[in-house]
Parts: sequence; structure tokens; C-alpha cells
Amino acid sequence: MATKNFFTSSVGRKIIVGLTGLFLISFLVVHLLINSFILVDLVNPNDNGATFNEAAHFMSHNWLIRVVEIGLFAGLIAHIAMTVKLTIENKKKRPVQYAVFDGKANSKWYARSMAILGSILLMFLAVHLSQFWWPTKEALYITHADENSFEMVKATLTNPINLAIYVVGVVALGYHLLHGFQSAFQSLGLNHKKYTPIIKTIGTVFAIAVPAGFAFIALSVFLGLVQ
Amino acid sequence: MLDSKIPQGDIDKKWTEYKGHVKLVNPANKRKLEVIVVGTGLAGASAAATLGELGYRVKTFCFQDSPRRAHSIAAQGGINAAKNYQNDGDSVYRLFYDTVKGGDYRSREANVHRLAEVSANIIDQCVAQGVPFAREYGGYLDNRSFGGVQVKRTFYAAGQTGQQLLLGAYSALERQVALGNVKQYTRHEMLEVVIIDGKARGIITRDLVSGKLERFFGHAVVLATGGYGNVFYLSTNAMGSNVTAAWKAHKKGAFFANPCYTQIHPTCIPVSGDHQSKLTLMSESLRNDGRIWVPKKKDETRKPNDIPEEERDYYLERRYPSFGNLVPRDVASRAAKERCDAGYGVGTTKQAVYLDFRYNLINKYGRTEASKHNIENPDEATLVRLGKEVVKEQYGNLFDMYQKITGENPYEVPMRIYPAVHYTMGGLWVDYELMTSVKGLYALGECNFSDHGANRLGASALMQGLADGYFVIPYTIGNYLADEISVKPIPTSAPEFEAAEKEVSGRINKLMSIKGSKSVESFHKRLGKIMWEKCGMARNAQGLQEAIQEIKALREEFWNDVRIPGEINEYNPELDKAGRVADFMELGELLCLDALTRNESCGGHFREEYQTEEGEANRDDQSFQHVAAWELKNVGDWTLHKEALVYENIKIAARSYK
Amino acid sequence: MEHYNMNLTLKVWRQKNTKEKGHFETYNVKGISSEMSFLEMFDVLNEDLVHENKEPIAFDHDCREGICGMCSMYINGRPHGPWNATTTCQLHMRAFKDGETITVEPWRAQAFPVIKDLVVDRSAFDRIIQAGGYISVNTGVTVDANATPISKVNADKAFSTAACIGCGACVAACKNSSAMLFTSAKISQLALLPQGEPERHKRALDMVHQMDEEGFGSCTNTGACEAVCPKEITLESIARMNREFLSASVVSED
Repeated sequence: MATKNFFTSSVGRKIIVGLTGLFLISFLVVHLLINSFILVDLVNPNDNGATFNEAAHFMSHNWLIRVVEIGLFAGLIAHIAMTVKLTIENKKKRPVQYAVFDGKANSKWYARSMAILGSILLMFLAVHLSQFWWPTKEALYITHADENSFEMVKATLTNPINLAIYVVGVVALGYHLLHGFQSAFQSLGLNHKKYTPIIKTIGTVFAIAVPAGFAFIALSVFLGLVQ
Repeated sequence: MLDSKIPQGDIDKKWTEYKGHVKLVNPANKRKLEVIVVGTGLAGASAAATLGELGYRVKTFCFQDSPRRAHSIAAQGGINAAKNYQNDGDSVYRLFYDTVKGGDYRSREANVHRLAEVSANIIDQCVAQGVPFAREYGGYLDNRSFGGVQVKRTFYAAGQTGQQLLLGAYSALERQVALGNVKQYTRHEMLEVVIIDGKARGIITRDLVSGKLERFFGHAVVLATGGYGNVFYLSTNAMGSNVTAAWKAHKKGAFFANPCYTQIHPTCIPVSGDHQSKLTLMSESLRNDGRIWVPKKKDETRKPNDIPEEERDYYLERRYPSFGNLVPRDVASRAAKERCDAGYGVGTTKQAVYLDFRYNLINKYGRTEASKHNIENPDEATLVRLGKEVVKEQYGNLFDMYQKITGENPYEVPMRIYPAVHYTMGGLWVDYELMTSVKGLYALGECNFSDHGANRLGASALMQGLADGYFVIPYTIGNYLADEISVKPIPTSAPEFEAAEKEVSGRINKLMSIKGSKSVESFHKRLGKIMWEKCGMARNAQGLQEAIQEIKALREEFWNDVRIPGEINEYNPELDKAGRVADFMELGELLCLDALTRNESCGGHFREEYQTEEGEANRDDQSFQHVAAWELKNVGDWTLHKEALVYENIKIAARSYK
Repeated sequence: MEHYNMNLTLKVWRQKNTKEKGHFETYNVKGISSEMSFLEMFDVLNEDLVHENKEPIAFDHDCREGICGMCSMYINGRPHGPWNATTTCQLHMRAFKDGETITVEPWRAQAFPVIKDLVVDRSAFDRIIQAGGYISVNTGVTVDANATPISKVNADKAFSTAACIGCGACVAACKNSSAMLFTSAKISQLALLPQGEPERHKRALDMVHQMDEEGFGSCTNTGACEAVCPKEITLESIARMNREFLSASVVSED
């Protein structure tokens, strides 16, 4: 591969953004699946978070997952680094701004606001990781305590401020995905009269369903539907 | 007197013989020879690219911001070529014959035959460049038919053929720029030819951004600067299209031939008001499927769709049953004018006729589609719907353009159209080698007078521009340059360059110093009005004499009262326009003089005094079977030179499309 | 269609040359007919300015039939104004109402420096084409035009991208000032035709490289370019360019 050309070129970099984006999207599916175990309590009131705890334990202890986790962070960092760099560069490409800019006439607001949505997501992620990810790592490597993930989730999400942050985060995620999902395919060169409408439909469903799923679980916890 | 240097021999051998014996320049020597190409439309871009490929050092100049903007880009309908892909009896001879006949027997046989010979190569060349011509489902090239012929030989790319061909030539040119063989100057306008010892050796240009005058040397100078239709103010030409380069050459000794041959295109969107800045063409290809009519009743007030069939006068089908709506442009234009003058015109101004697609939409396309889809006894609404889809594919962009300009939907109501100035057959006189009467100064494309006689057939302008640029000039210029290899590049500090630049700056200073009260635009409009009313579709001696006096007076007024804001050394479009309009006002006089001198009607030149009882053009072969080439002594003082036209391969006849 | 006259307020960007700073000037125009084109309305204004001994507004325009790509006004926050699939010269005044205020700006992008008022320098586009927007065939070395059949579908697709007029509206509309729609239109046209095959990899790499060199931004797939393109060139061509570029990068030996 013409490495120099590829990684410094505008097209090459957007392909990387697309690829890492899709990789992160695939993680969301896994994440939602694990979270959904919280809801087992709805059908089986005696579960008390046991299924979820088991899954969470697997995720934090399995060596393969731990390797993949490093890859995930690498992908996340690459995605952020590329987009931050591109955003800064792109800003400079128009030294004098338009006095009147009718953005809505030509594109969707969330497509133009990926950087803002992404920044919100990043901030949310910082909070989110400190609330849920760091404690498991702390338990694993430092305190060697037996963590109860379900209790930790309950303790955090029953606090209305935390819930609000969580909801804002998943809404931002939804809009980010609404553009990002189909955009990733476009960046990789997949645009086809027959398949693109399908991709777009799947993308829209995904962008609504996945964040809605996260939010539903969080609300269930907040409202005490799962104990 | 005028030596057109036509090679001896049979007409179908002349070009081959010429190429076989023409002098050549060896590749090492080509590197030492510099060629200036002014204008980068089809002719200029194709010439510059080809000369660059051959190894000459080429410089190109255009006033636009890129060669890709040249007005060739606006040609819609197509390009002719004698390929006979349709197996309908086409041949080189037939294209040659149709072109000479279409030109009303006022073009040079040898040139036209050469044009027909190379036409097929043009299509090959363009396809190789990636020009996306329309194709049939089998993957082979499609053709459509055009006016004045009975075969289908027109290649096309929707209604944007000129664009696709120009972008092909442009890309070939840009490739040579990238390879370093061509240096490209944009936003530069040529304002003088530099002649040293009787040969064209360079040009003076003005950088339109900085206003700076610059000097450029070339062993030869090629002009490909288009036509002069904007002398009429309103025309289908681009706003910037002008005669300046050709006119400067004329003033430096190049003869101007047949200026009165102007083509009025029959199907343009009519003028809507005083604000009108230009006119828009609706491609001739529309006459394939549109029927032209006016109401049979004068001062008809009903809407077109409410007028029943039997109360419509399809006057072209009535007058010319064998060619019908596909008569040549000059014939169609005059017929429209005749109906409107007689009081049958339509629309608010009564200066328009209908171009109606409904009949073919239903009967030609609708029924075919219906039978394709196995729809039995379709009702009219179904036929219209089906037909619309086909028409949309063929002419969609033109219909959209019509709707944007007029606000009316041409799928529903007939288009209103009227003739407008479109093309100028006249131009700088050139010999068989495309050299003007100044040595080393060439003229290609619409800028010369050579191939179309008194009337150009549709889809032949693109053919001529590319023939001249790709296939003619690369050979003929070598014949001249072969003797120039010992000439070292002349430094632009030479006194002749100095003097030429001084002439240009003197004129610019004079224009700027007038500081009068009227805008350049207002003078251009007034010139156009004189030209259109007295030297337009129909001309007569009295009107032409008046026009000449009026133009002289207008010129006088211009040089005393024009107001040009801004400065010389900056981007100043008003100043650019002033120079161009000043030249138009000189050309206008010559155009009228030529029209006045040619006491006959032929092609695009119609003198009211010379018509048959049925109102058809009355040609006078006895007295006027010649090219009128004008030599300028002073503005207002021209000498006429004649080049006799000899027809050895075509039997001259009255031109009939009945 | 009902004709009407209108009075308008125009806020127009004036800038003496590339170096000096620009500013807005406000003008009132009266008695504008709904039948006029947008540029004819500017003609009227410029005539008034000449009569008042002021400098008329410089703007690019030439064919005035929507095909040369020269006209380039940014009207009320949108390149070429409110109508879709339309160039400035084809925009007609019936798109506006009596009493409206219209703001007119030049294309704004680092790669399109302002020359004067509303005129910008788009020579970057020529240089992108010079980098590879052609098929390397000399005049004369050709085979019969019908020797290679090309599927109608591909020929039509190639045509629809070749229809690009190089106006730069895509760059003007893009929040990143990206020229990907322009560049990809040419890459797509030539990639869709068998004649373009031998150079397709080199072309994709070279043209993208030149596009970046010229200082255009990168694409974030907002689709603003296709929304304003007067010739309705779609994002499909950008996707094709991405594909061409990716495969060219993989096989390239550099």
C-alpha cells in the first residue's frame, strides 16, 4: 500500500475514520447485549442481576476480550485523533466565513455537527468510563475485590444527575450514528443504487434502536423496574 | 488575385495528396518552434493539444478563467460524421454534398470535402478520449437526425454535446500543460497582432486581472476566437464572445470574408423584455420531435391546447412537405418571421411560434412504449405519461431550462420560440491551409469563413472546429514552419513589439480618458438594435445604407461620450467590454457594407429585393458565386477582393427542400 | 405564470482585490421584473452604478445558459440561490418576493481566493485536471469508435458525471470547502469507461493528491455538495472515487 500517500491523504484518512467508526459500532452491539442482561430481572425477578454480573465478569476477565479491548481503545483513539485533526484542518480551509449560511437547505444539522456530537460523546465517555469501567479495572488489578457490577449500575443510575448525563450521552450517540453509520459505508466506497437505501434504513433503525435500548435499560434501573 | 492554394487533382484525393507531399518539421526542430494559440474552444484547444503532442512549444490564451468555459461548451444537439453506422446511405460524398447545398453553394468545395473526410476520425478520437456519447443498448453509438439532411449522422451526448466534446479537448490540452508542452494563460485577452517583416510573430495581451499589458513571441499565431454574433447584442453567444482578436488581425492586413453571412437560429426562447441580456437556444434536435405551428386565425386569443387541430397551420410541413420541420435553419427562421409579420405570431409580443411536442409524445413515443408494455387501447393520459418519460431522457435538460426561463412547463404546453442570431459563417479569409492573408497567421473554427458557405447545417460547427484543430492545422502549419526553423525566437523588446504595445496602451488610455455620460452597455444595445432591425433576418438596400450612417454616428458618439468607471491597472470588466464594443462598431459597418454589396439572397443573407414570388431566396450565381474578402485600408474604407467559387463535383441547382 | 415587479434590498460583498479586506454594501433596486434572470437584475444594478459614477460590481458570467460554469454567486446562504439544479444565471427573479433582502457573497474557500467583489480564482480546478483528468491518447492513434461496445448503463453514468461544469458550488456549499464532488466526477467518468482503464490507478492517486495540495478540505459526507450541484452529480461518484483510491493505494508499488 502506498502508505505515505494513503495515511496523509484526505481520502485515505476518511476511509480510516469510516473503518474505525464501523469497528466502534460493532462494539456497541456487544455492549448493548451485555447490558440487556440487566433486564433478565424483568422476566425472572429472582435473577437480581446475577446473569448480568456473570456476563460482566466474563467481559472483564476473559483474556481474549482483554486483548480486543486494547484494540477497541486503539480504534477509538485513531477515530478521535483523525477526526480532531481533520476538523481543525477543515476549519482553516475557509478563512473568511459566510455572513449568511443556510445550512439546512443542503444538509442535516447532525451531519454538519459530528464534531460537536463527538465531543459530547467524548465527555460522556470520560464520565461513563470513570463510573463503570474504571471500578472493574480497579477491582481486577488493584484491590482484587469481588465486584458486583449490577449493584454498581444501580447505585450510579438511580442518581438523577447520572441518569441525565447518561441520557444526554445516548441521545448524542444516536445522532452521531444517524449520520455516521451510513457515512462509514460511503467513505469505504460502498454506494449503490440498490443497497444504499437498505444501508440507510438499517443505519436509521440502528441509530434509534441502539441508543433507545441503552436508555430503556438505564430508565428501568432508575425507575426500579429491575431490582 | 486571391490564391486559395487548393491542391490539384480529384476532389477525393486532394487532402491525401496534400498530406503526402507537405513539408515536415523533424521532432528536434519542433522543439525550437513556438506557436501561439488564441482562444481555447473546440478549435483552439484541439489545435493546441495536438501541436503540443507533436512537440511544438505552444502558448494558449483565453479571456475566461479556464479553457473549459469557451462557448463551444454551449453547443447542444450534436456533431455530424459520415460514419454510416445507421446503414442509411450516408457517405463522405453525401456529407460533402449536404454541406455545400446547405451552404447555398457559397462554400469552397475542397475545404468541405476535406471536412467530410476527416469527420469520421473526429468521432474515433473523441471516443478514445472518453467522451460519453449516447449509446444504444447493444453498446454501440446512437445517432439522431438534424435539419437539411435525410440521413441520421449526428452523434450526441444528451443536449450537451458541445460540453462533452470541449471537455474532451480541454482534457487533452491540460495533459499537454502537465507535460510542459503547452503554457496556458487564462484571463488574458489578445489586443494586437505583432507583425515583423510581413509575418505574424507575436501578440500583445492584457492580463484581465492586473490590467498589465504583456508581449508574447511565436513563430506562428493561430486564432481560434469564435464568431461575432454579439455584434447584434442579443444572440445565443456567451456574454464575452467577441470579435476583437479577429478584428485586430483584420486591421493588420488579414482579409475578412463574407461578414454578412449570419445564421439566425429558428428555435430560441423569445425575448421577454428590455432587460434581456442574451437569448437561449433550444436545440435543433427538438425539431426531430416537435412540430412547429401558428394558429390559422389572426390575433388568436385561445390557449394553444384549446385550439383544435384543424385550426392550426403547420406552415413548415405545408410549405416544405419533403423536409417538413427539418428544413435548414435559414429557411425555418424566415418562415417563422413571415408568419409573425403576417400577424399570426403568438404570445404577449406576437413575436413567437409554437414548437409542439404533444403529437409525437403521444403518437411516436407514447404508442411505442404502450405496445412495449403490452397496454391495449391506451387512453390519452397514459400515452402522454409514457411518452413523457422518453422525451425526458432525450431532451430533459432542455425542457428544464425552458421551464426555468419562462416559468412554463413544455411537457404540458407548447414551447414558444422565435429565431435569434446564433452563428456567423463569415470570418477571417483563409486559404486551404487555414492561413489568413497575413503570413504565419492562421484562423480556425468559427473564426474563419471557410466551410459553411452562406448557411451552416446543424451539428456541423462542432465538426468543423475539431476538424480544423485535430486534423488540419497540425499538417498545414508544418508546411509553413518547415521554412522557419532557422528563425531564432525574436526578443519581445524588438521595436515592432514596442510599437504594437504602444498602440494598445494608447487606445486604452483614450477609452479611459473620455469620461463621458453613457455606459458601454447602452452603446452595445443601440448597435444591436440597428443591426437586428436593418441587417437581421431580412435586409434591403435602403435599410443597409441607413444602418451604415447610423453606425458611423454611433461610433462617433461612443468615442466622445462613453463612461468607463474604474482604473486601467486592475480587474475592470467595463474596460474589457468597452474595447470589444468599440470593435463591434467597426465590424458592424463592414457587415452592412458586405450585405449591401451582395445583391442576391443566399443562405443566411436574405435581401428583400431578391426573392421569388413564393418568398424563397433568389440566388444570383452569375454575379455572386464568389467569396467577398474585404481588405481594410481605414475604418470605413475597405477594398473588395473576390475569390471565385468553382463547383466541379456538385451540380449547382436552386436549393429546394420542398 | 403571473408576471410582477419588485423592489429589493441587496447586500453585496465588495472587495477591491485579493489583498484588501472586503465588506458588505447595501443597494436598493427598483422595478425588477419577475421575468429577469438573477444576473440581469445585477446588470440593472450595475447600469445604475455606472450612471452614479460608481464602480459596478464585478462578477463572473459568460454563457448565461447554465453550462459554462462561470457564474458563481452565493445567494442567501446557498450557492446559486434557492432553486435546485440551477446555476446563478438560470435563477430567475420569480424566485423572490417584493421587498426581500438578498445577501450575495463570493464562493468562500482558501483554495478559491477572491479576485474582486464576487469573482474568485478557480484555477485550482484546472490543476486537478492536469494531474490526471484525461486519457493519455494522442490525436490520430485511434481505433474505430464502435470497436469497443460500452454498456448503455455505464455510458449514461459516465455522462452524468461528465456533465460537471466545474463551477465550484460543491466547494462553496461544503462546510469543509472540499472539492471531492468535482474531483470524483472526473475520476468516475473515466473509471466507468474502458478507455480509462489503463490509467485508473495512477489517476485516482494523482488527482486526489493534487486536490489535497490545492488546499481543499476533506469530506465528511454531509451531502451539501450534491444538494447544490447544478448538474445533480451525486455522492455515488465520491464513493466511487474512494473505492478507486483505496484499490489504487493497495496495488500501488510506491
